[in-house]
Amino acid sequence: MSDRDFDIELRLLIDAIYLKYHYDFRGYAGASMKRRMTAAMVRFGCRTLSQLQDRLLHEPGAFPALLDFLTVQVSDMFRDPGYFLALREKVVPLLRTYPSLKIWVAGCSAGEEVYSLAILLREEGLLDRSLIYATDINPGALQRAEAGVYEVERIAGFSDNHKRSGARSSLSDYYTARYGHAVFDKSLRRHIVFSDHSLATDSVFAEVQLVSCRNVLIYFNRELQDRAVDLFRESLCRKGFLGIGAKESLRFTASADAFDEVAREDRIFQKRAA
Amino acid sequence: MRTAGASARIDAVVIGASAGGIEALSVLLPVLLPGFRAAVLVVVHLPRERPSLLADIFTQKCAVPVIEAVDKEPVMPGTIAFAPPDYHLLVDEGPQLSLSADALVNFSRPSVDVLFESAADVYGTHLMGIILTGGNSDGAAGLEAIRRVGGMAVVQQPETAQTSLMPASALQRVPDAQALPLDGIATLLRTLNPGDRP
Ligand SMILES: C[S@@+](CC[C@H](N)C(=O)[O-])C[C@H]1O[C@@H](n2cnc3c(N)ncnc32)[C@H](O)[C@@H]1O
Repeated sequence: MSDRDFDIELRLLIDAIYLKYHYDFRGYAGASMKRRMTAAMVRFGCRTLSQLQDRLLHEPGAFPALLDFLTVQVSDMFRDPGYFLALREKVVPLLRTYPSLKIWVAGCSAGEEVYSLAILLREEGLLDRSLIYATDINPGALQRAEAGVYEVERIAGFSDNHKRSGARSSLSDYYTARYGHAVFDKSLRRHIVFSDHSLATDSVFAEVQLVSCRNVLIYFNRELQDRAVDLFRESLCRKGFLGIGAKESLRFTASADAFDEVAREDRIFQKRAA
Repeated sequence: MRTAGASARIDAVVIGASAGGIEALSVLLPVLLPGFRAAVLVVVHLPRERPSLLADIFTQKCAVPVIEAVDKEPVMPGTIAFAPPDYHLLVDEGPQLSLSADALVNFSRPSVDVLFESAADVYGTHLMGIILTGGNSDGAAGLEAIRRVGGMAVVQQPETAQTSLMPASALQRVPDAQALPLDGIATLLRTLNPGDRP
């Protein structure tokens, strides 16, 4: 099989997924998409992407399994503690000035980032006036996020990150350990709404003061990054905040000029007043 | 397919290194002078949980610009870009740098194979891949991909490497790669694309 054939089959497969399942992967970054599809092909025991396409169109259950290959679910609570510290220092003081808060976590995966934010807001005395929208395109991830249950082996790492994020409490205040799992507090979840939303195909659904979208934009090509950042800009209130992943950048997106840097290293931006 | 030594214009040089890599790169990268026009993309295996100082260290040592790669940044001719720790570095059409936090490959993130295979797709014959010292076999499949598209394959002579497994694995997989000691690779880089000198 030549690389050219693979590229043709990849385009056809992505179109087929869009037509049949309405998941739009057309704007995802090419090189890493190619790797993930190659891995999926091997896992499904297919020799070509055309074979994989046949199975996707005709076998129920094949697409949900593929979706887990195509959407990367690596996450951690308080991932990059410096980001959360910067939120406390540079963003929370302004959030305090609003009587009620809406926050959007886009690409929330299994909820690690959402619970981190909820805990941070609780520590800063803001959770009671907050509503957090947590969105993703992977239904399995959303279910896990809603459950808020993580393997107990991950907690030491989470807790270490939490401490380094300027914690004002202990992570153990927020979960109960049960059968090798840590179950996070329902009182956090009361402030979170989980829903299916795609940055590739859906539109803005609320006005928010903070958008946190970390390690999602790297999976997109520039055009799709433009679309996503434009959604964030539209959704943010005047002088609202946007946080992105540690190695992501707004510099190469069309809306770069619409934001000022608030914390350069930690990738926190503020929408310009204009 | 061209032989491993044939010379099309080289637009990008991709380098992979693991144990002993910083010392080896400290010999190689300082030979690049302003006027060198190929882009240099480097993966070094490092602890994943710490920020990397590679860009700072090599900015001190090198005469050309050195950066840590940022997602979607255009590939810059004459600039050395390091993969950030805990992210894969890839090349996308453009050419453009692209990062991913996908699963480890060969127990590594960043992985040399991931960089080399994506660069082979974009640069074809205009690519040179170099495998330096290291204690695993990451990069062997990537170097093979570079050869498959007619790019140039170079390996640090295993006997001269601080840790020989990585170059030895690459050489086993790509027997017609040029195996050279570091000073030989340095000369190769210095004389790459002779028309480019200022
Ligand atoms: C690597 S995880 C990031 C998790 C978390 N934000 C963090 O930084 O730890 C990327 C998430 O983006 C989601 N995603 C991928 N494409 C998306 C899209 N078009 N719209 C919304 N979410 C998407 C994936 O399902 C996955 O859960």
